[in-house]
Amino acid sequence: MALYILKRLLAMVPTLLGVAVLIFLLLRVIPGDVVEARYLTQGSQFQSQELMDLERKKLGLDQPLWKQFGSWMSGLGRLDFGLSMWTASPITEEIKLRFALSLQVAIMASTIATLLAIPLGILAAVKQDSWVDYAVRVFSIAGLATPSFWLGTLMILAMLIIFKWVPPMVFTPLWVNPWDNLAQLIWPALAVGYRYCAVGTRMMRSTMLEVLREDYIRTARAKGLWLKLILTRHALKNAILPVLTVISMEFAFLLGGLVVTEQVFNLNGLGMLFVEAISHRDYTLTQALVMLVATFFLIVNFVVDIAYAWLDPRIRYR
Amino acid sequence: MATLLEVRNLKTSFLSAAGTVRAVDGVSWDVEAGETVALVGESGCGKSVSALSIMRLVAEPAGRIEGGEILYKGRDLLKLSEEEMRAVRGRDIAMIFQEPMTSLNPVLSIGRQLTEGLEIHMKMNPAQARARAIELLAMVGIPDPERRLAQYPHHFSGGMRQRMMIAMALACNPSLILADEPTTALDVTIQAQILELMRDLARRLGVAMLIITHNLGVVARYADRVNVMYAGRIIERARAGELYANPRHPYTLGLLRSVPRLDEPRRARLDPIEGQPPDLTRLPPGCSFAPRCTYRVERCTESAPPLAALGAEHCSACWEAQRLVRERAA
Repeated sequence: MALYILKRLLAMVPTLLGVAVLIFLLLRVIPGDVVEARYLTQGSQFQSQELMDLERKKLGLDQPLWKQFGSWMSGLGRLDFGLSMWTASPITEEIKLRFALSLQVAIMASTIATLLAIPLGILAAVKQDSWVDYAVRVFSIAGLATPSFWLGTLMILAMLIIFKWVPPMVFTPLWVNPWDNLAQLIWPALAVGYRYCAVGTRMMRSTMLEVLREDYIRTARAKGLWLKLILTRHALKNAILPVLTVISMEFAFLLGGLVVTEQVFNLNGLGMLFVEAISHRDYTLTQALVMLVATFFLIVNFVVDIAYAWLDPRIRYR
Repeated sequence: MATLLEVRNLKTSFLSAAGTVRAVDGVSWDVEAGETVALVGESGCGKSVSALSIMRLVAEPAGRIEGGEILYKGRDLLKLSEEEMRAVRGRDIAMIFQEPMTSLNPVLSIGRQLTEGLEIHMKMNPAQARARAIELLAMVGIPDPERRLAQYPHHFSGGMRQRMMIAMALACNPSLILADEPTTALDVTIQAQILELMRDLARRLGVAMLIITHNLGVVARYADRVNVMYAGRIIERARAGELYANPRHPYTLGLLRSVPRLDEPRRARLDPIEGQPPDLTRLPPGCSFAPRCTYRVERCTESAPPLAALGAEHCSACWEAQRLVRERAA
């Protein structure tokens, strides 16, 4: 097992390298660069070519591509992401707080979603075709059909009208003031968590229904076990695997994919930063963000694979 | 001997798209303490449903026990609450299923699956349950039981899994085991081993057994008494030897003729029973075997014959049973 973990960790390196090459090239295919973007937004299109060339030289954009890539890679090797081309401040600083925010929303949303989805899915499966099942199905289909930014807008509107509460303009980190932080982030977490929970619930319900029809469940009943024990010990362990995959992929997606919801709740998360970085043609920042999200996906995927092996003894890795 | 289980006029039916299927249609039989009774018939004749009805494990809501009594030691199982019934399952009556490959939980260890019943029914602590589990595995002939406890079903072959199922069934010293086609899914060479094992253990431990099978060879060697089922009803009942020597129902006769026998001169070909078992949603008004029966008379298509006694411990549901006996004697 230890050898397998080591191998899997090493296998992440080529994957990340591929991601790096791809994003590096793709960014440079997009027309325009950071210098152009800056002068365009400042409304002075008629900057002299010399000044712009000087600017490009300062940022290293005049170097051949392989040299640019090489210096980026050697920086990555030392875990040095370099400076943002747009703000000229260290990327680590740029990302730090936003990463904390996005990660926290993702964790909160997935906690809420998982804690609701698993019991709801089991309940709906056990009480198949009863009113409980129908209620759960309506709840989850509504969740799939509701965009989280729209739900977020409704939440804000409701709180504005009832409590005169306005989403705060600045983000309070958990370590500064936990109460303010949670009061601020619980709403986006709920708005995002609803859809997430709906996906999980439907998956849980269908895998549970499938497992409950298995012969070994009948064997367990014939042994005179309590229903609760049959569900938790015999059925859940078999039914949870696909749910685990869905939940974890959704979790990884939340980290960088919440552009619109972040906008609605006025949160400066990674999603917003992504959009800004690309529109600024901020190569270094975009590259760093892509690498961060890719690494995150790989790690989540890896953890799920380990969890699979732990839950299902038939899966053994070499 | 005391009657352990008495099934009286049991009716179980299923709702299907085609209509109500009367899988078990007013069936009565009994099992005495320590004896082995067989329930024989073609697939779809209601044997398995009978066993599941006793355990009250008929798949709801499609399947439903519609009437009758199932008296276990005088107590009607159909009147018990779900919790009381749960306490009976595995403790008083245990069940062995047909498919050893799918009847064990793939993600739980052998030890876990053996000990859970002991912990619940016998209130054993984990150490006691483990000791008993080792004893049980040894009893069913699984070598190196201590190491096996930590393994999972996919480490076991089909025969080993069925041994494990037997160990699981015997765990809480039940007085009755329902074995639903226990060897059908196994290789022929393994079948005999498993059946021998079941018979020896049942004798040694004094457990009564209900063997459900379509295999008459199994019946001949392992059962004390036999109930032959056709289309949800019992059509003949006798002691095993008597049934083979003097079948009193054309269906039983047909079944026996369709099996090759080593103790008879080789015939050119077997005589299968012509036709198909009837559609259980649309049973004919008379005897359900009548359309396939060579002894059919007019009366057979008008009213169904009752299961009538034809001497000591032999019953048959056939209007023409006497003629059948006479013609066979001649």
